[in-house]
Amino acid sequence: MNVLIYLVPAALLLGLTGLVAFLWSLRTGQYEDLDGAALRILSDDDVAEHPDAS
Amino acid sequence: MGEAVDFSTFVERRADGTAHMALAVEGIGCAGCIRKIEGGLTKLPGVVDARVNFTQRRLAVDWRNDEIDAARIIKELERIGYQAHPFAPERAEADEAQRAKWLLRCLAVAGFAAMNVMLLSISVWSGNVSDMTSETRDLFHWLSALIALPAAAYAGQPFFQSALTALRARHTNMDVPISIGVILALGLSLYETATHAAHVYFDSAIMLLFFLLCGRYLEQAMRRKTRLFAGNLASHKAAFAHRLDDNGELAQVPVAALHPGDRILVRPGELVPADGTILTGASEIDESLVTGETAPRAVRAGAAAYAGSTNFAGALTMQVIAAGTGTLVDEVERLLQKATEAKSRTVRLADRAARLYAPVVHATAALTAAGWLMAGASLHDAIVAAIAVLIITCPCALALAIPAVQVVAAGQLFRSSVILNSGDAIERLAEADTVVFDKTGTLTLPDPAVDVSSVDPDLLERAARLALSSRHPLAAALARQARLRTPYPGAVEEPGRGVCARIDGKEARLGSAAFCGIDAQAQAPSAPAGTSFMVFTHGGEIAHIAIGQTLRPDAVAVVHALQARRLDLMILSGDRPEAVGAVATQLGIRRWTARLKPAEKIEAIELLKSQGRRVLMVGDGLNDAPALAAAHVSLSPITAAHLAQTHADALFLGERLAPVLRAIDVARRARASMKQNLVLTVIYNACAVPVAMAGLVTPLIAAVAMSGSSILVTLNALRARLSVESEPGEALRSPAPVPTTAGTAEQSRPLADTSMEPAR
Repeated sequence: MNVLIYLVPAALLLGLTGLVAFLWSLRTGQYEDLDGAALRILSDDDVAEHPDAS
Repeated sequence: MGEAVDFSTFVERRADGTAHMALAVEGIGCAGCIRKIEGGLTKLPGVVDARVNFTQRRLAVDWRNDEIDAARIIKELERIGYQAHPFAPERAEADEAQRAKWLLRCLAVAGFAAMNVMLLSISVWSGNVSDMTSETRDLFHWLSALIALPAAAYAGQPFFQSALTALRARHTNMDVPISIGVILALGLSLYETATHAAHVYFDSAIMLLFFLLCGRYLEQAMRRKTRLFAGNLASHKAAFAHRLDDNGELAQVPVAALHPGDRILVRPGELVPADGTILTGASEIDESLVTGETAPRAVRAGAAAYAGSTNFAGALTMQVIAAGTGTLVDEVERLLQKATEAKSRTVRLADRAARLYAPVVHATAALTAAGWLMAGASLHDAIVAAIAVLIITCPCALALAIPAVQVVAAGQLFRSSVILNSGDAIERLAEADTVVFDKTGTLTLPDPAVDVSSVDPDLLERAARLALSSRHPLAAALARQARLRTPYPGAVEEPGRGVCARIDGKEARLGSAAFCGIDAQAQAPSAPAGTSFMVFTHGGEIAHIAIGQTLRPDAVAVVHALQARRLDLMILSGDRPEAVGAVATQLGIRRWTARLKPAEKIEAIELLKSQGRRVLMVGDGLNDAPALAAAHVSLSPITAAHLAQTHADALFLGERLAPVLRAIDVARRARASMKQNLVLTVIYNACAVPVAMAGLVTPLIAAVAMSGSSILVTLNALRARLSVESEPGEALRSPAPVPTTAGTAEQSRPLADTSMEPAR
């Protein structure tokens, strides 16, 4: 059962990492505009040097 | 118009010389829109940042004060093709957003803890039936305590706080038994851990919090969504007023920035932006939104005019007076106060259940402890059994049973263009047995429409195109018929009388009979009451164009459907008897009363209430506001007067009346599934409590029972959604989900025609 000595902390650490990541994403406002994020990925502004002039 | 527009009430200025403004934007519908708006604005010199929030259909702009101003930004948006309306975010909205974030943080913490504690608990459960040593078990229990206790202290706050508030106010709510259950489960588990016992309930306590927080968050999200949407709509409607300063110069200000004492100019065709007294000018104003009366009223200097009326003929200067000092507004306010006070506080289903629930559960737990003691068990065993009863009955399912249905029903209503103002409106809607309609603006469309059948289409088209050059409200109705949207060149409007132009070399005139040079009495065809005529002459051709109130397109079908649901229907209107009678006959509603004052409307409703009826009031006017507040439950169209909107339990959008029917249907089904859910929880408790009283509950059984019942009631709530959505027989379903931007744009167009046009 000695394996538990590092397995349990490892499991907890992984869980905590997830929690911290979620809280960080919440704090930085990543859930403010869920529908917009889905659409922004379609825009090519970051690829083309100049967005087309439409 | 060279008039300056003053947006300063909406602009937030910062110390570093930048300014910030929030705008509700109409017509955002795709990825391209985001790019066009953000790209177009950031290209402007001085704009620091522009960010579209697609979910909220809002735009946040930051700019440097010295280089550009708000008016320029709004103009640029208009040039790109978007109508933007600045708004000052309400305090309540910010609070809600804050609370939503907090709930989500609690949910995340509870979720993390539940997963990890469950990981440890399952190891213990499997270890208990195999070869786990008691030392390892103790380690796992201590680890669980280490995770569960801080997590519960954090994630349980929404419940603990609400329970404390309720206890301080000396009543109980659902959060009281929840808090007691969670705290006792944690306390017992800690004690058991310290005494090296085999069973602890950390996982049950934390899982309970997780499930309940899910419900709370969903409920909150639904409320936020409807509030946000209502806020956008309100800003789309927010009109501008022309304020005269001391030098007699005009400035355009948002209506929200008007103060009592300000002098304002109301041009023909515009809405009166605020209550006030007329200083100079004479005109006819249409007060159908205020009193329900469809015939225009002649006003002169000294008369009072109310916000929401339309100015027909001549320009008026008015002095704004504080709300509630006008005679009619005063009376309405006074009645409103009475109505809201007298409104018997209906006890919500959930609270009724909670009131019954807590004493029963706590008595059962006490009985269990007493029973075990009498049977000769030790004090420790008796208390463990009693706490097991509390844990197993902890109202997880009960606390989810009603919110889950409410969320589903509110979502359905939202999709069928009904926006709820209050959460318990669904229950009250389901109980309604009498529907009282206002006529003007509720059964009929808020804007007058042209009777196209009586006029030659070709002539109508010419008249409609000529009407494009006029700002008169009746002409605006006619102008909507024009297929070709270009006005005739050289058309001249004589304010309050009509428009004339030369079409194909012949003179064309549109306006009153006198303006067109014909004898009104001799020529006017007979028509139902409440209809106005415009005369159009072109060369020798003459057309009398009837413009009047028309019923909502599906009014007849909806009324029949309501009657088929055994609802009693009534019309209470402030309009003339001839006009009301005609509508009542057309719809087949036998009981109607006309020419009612606000006080009489309330009396009529009170009479119905004293007969034991539960009244659903559907109305839109300022004069309906007290009746809306007095009724058991109330609905308003989105075009309603502001006061009516704030006192209605729900608002519906669009031209159709179908949302009223749909709201009743959805509410009835929702109530049925709430009751089913309550029955399910009772059955669950009936099975689980004897097991717990017998002392047979292990943590494993508690975990399975608790999550099982929660999932069951949630599924039952979702089932209601599936069954409604797939129902075939619903002919009156609105064809398109209206609460989209398309619907909003549609909504505000008539308003833009009358009140916003001069702003450009």
